[in-house]
Amino acid sequence: MADFISGFWNLYVTGLVAFGLLFCLVVLVTNMTSQGAGEPKLQAHVWDENLREYNNPLPRWWLYLFWATVIFSIFYLYLFPGFGSRHSDPADPAKDRGLRAEYAKEIRSANKQYGPIFEKYLGTDLAALSADPAAVAAGKRLFLTYCSQCHGSAARGAKGKSYGFPDLTDSDWLYGGDPATIKTSIEGGRAGVMTAFGGTLNSEQTRDVANYVRLIAGLGSDAARAARGRDVFATNCTVCHGPEGKGARSMGEAFAVLGAPDLTDGIWLYSNSEEAIIDGVTRGRNAGPDSVTNTMPAWKDFLGDAKVHILAAYVYSLNNKK
Amino acid sequence: MAQSKHDAIERNVFLMIVLTLLAVSVGGLVEIVPLFFQTSTTTAVDDKGNALDVKPYDALRLAGRDIYIREGCYNCHSQMIRPFRSETERYGHYSVAGEFIYDHPFQWGSKRTGPDLARVGARYTDEWQRVHLLNPRDVVPESNMPAFPWLDRPLQAADIGARMKALRLVGVPYTDSEIADAPAAVVGKTELDAVVAYLQGLGLALRNVR
Repeated sequence: MADFISGFWNLYVTGLVAFGLLFCLVVLVTNMTSQGAGEPKLQAHVWDENLREYNNPLPRWWLYLFWATVIFSIFYLYLFPGFGSRHSDPADPAKDRGLRAEYAKEIRSANKQYGPIFEKYLGTDLAALSADPAAVAAGKRLFLTYCSQCHGSAARGAKGKSYGFPDLTDSDWLYGGDPATIKTSIEGGRAGVMTAFGGTLNSEQTRDVANYVRLIAGLGSDAARAARGRDVFATNCTVCHGPEGKGARSMGEAFAVLGAPDLTDGIWLYSNSEEAIIDGVTRGRNAGPDSVTNTMPAWKDFLGDAKVHILAAYVYSLNNKK
Repeated sequence: MAQSKHDAIERNVFLMIVLTLLAVSVGGLVEIVPLFFQTSTTTAVDDKGNALDVKPYDALRLAGRDIYIREGCYNCHSQMIRPFRSETERYGHYSVAGEFIYDHPFQWGSKRTGPDLARVGARYTDEWQRVHLLNPRDVVPESNMPAFPWLDRPLQAADIGARMKALRLVGVPYTDSEIADAPAAVVGKTELDAVVAYLQGLGLALRNVR
């Protein structure tokens, strides 16, 4: 602890500690020397008419234990930075002591142990890595720690009216399911934007287009509304979802970065109820303060290259079982 | 000689009290008092002296923090990542004193039924936090965290300015205009908004620092 606001506090701590130790020594020495041999003396006080107490010296074994603790404390205070700022310096890790140094030591030894394994995996092609059972097992453990909160422990995702965490096992990909794209998604995150149409479309048009979307998805819908909704869809939605609503990737992989889902494949990121679709069309997704925010966070900085690489291999393996 | 001394102490209650207080205060004087005069415990710096971006809670986050305390979140969630690899791998950089200089009282906790929350800020999306608070099993089927469905109600925080004034008394540097603007900042918000805002701000100062 080298960052006291003034040097006084180093002296204060050192002084009090040294005083405490000296005081203990004085008490010990006076106790050992003042009570010589001879008849033990009675203390002056009397309880219950006739109960009295000897004033015997402390047992020798107990005193020696006390000495042992004093000697131990001197070594301890020297090794641990107990006398002010000695030894503790973050700028010089070689001389640093205490928790921070212990932690650095733990990390160094872990890096020595696991570093080569991570290096080996990082140098392996993702497709090949996804066929390596040991790497996939490691990926699964990483997945359970960092990813399962949203994607579920079985990577099956979760969905509702206002939230959609994709199922990673269904071979349906918004941005692409090849190993490199999966890795990109984990590294940099994803924040697919569905524009909010609440200001453009009135509530009738919104309900119409929701019915059309349910129609092309093969879900129950109101025929008259769906027929009207077809025009609304053609005017507003095809730019991202494609002319047939088959999603951005149906127009070519160059559009994959839009992430607009295929609306016809029966796989839904959010709930597919009419109300949920209307909510999505009206408020959009990730489209401002009134919208729901559902993004895939970027993991590169937190996890580092090797762990992202192993995770990408694990996610890829979920859809490409050998 | 030694006998007469302890005889004297035992026969004088006042002397006994004074000497007892002196003896028991040594630990605090040596281990606690110096902490009030250390840069790393009183300013926004990490344990290596680098400046941290730590600001006092704004009105909404402060209201969320009060709800966090009201609902007893600290009974199951700590906010203290210890300097062990097993913790930093999962949660991120270990907690440092400088991150908590505006926490009165701090929410370090000592019990983890759920995970540590010291760096939960920005780890999940706002929507995940909302869904998860209202019913954790919607997103984490294995979760044993209780649901808090009642949080989706209007936030009662007309006294937020007074709460900030109280915190200013113990050293949080709120300005007069911040306190004056505080009630307006929480108007129309729900308790859920406040808790999510609080959670999303936790631990950002050392986010993604390894």
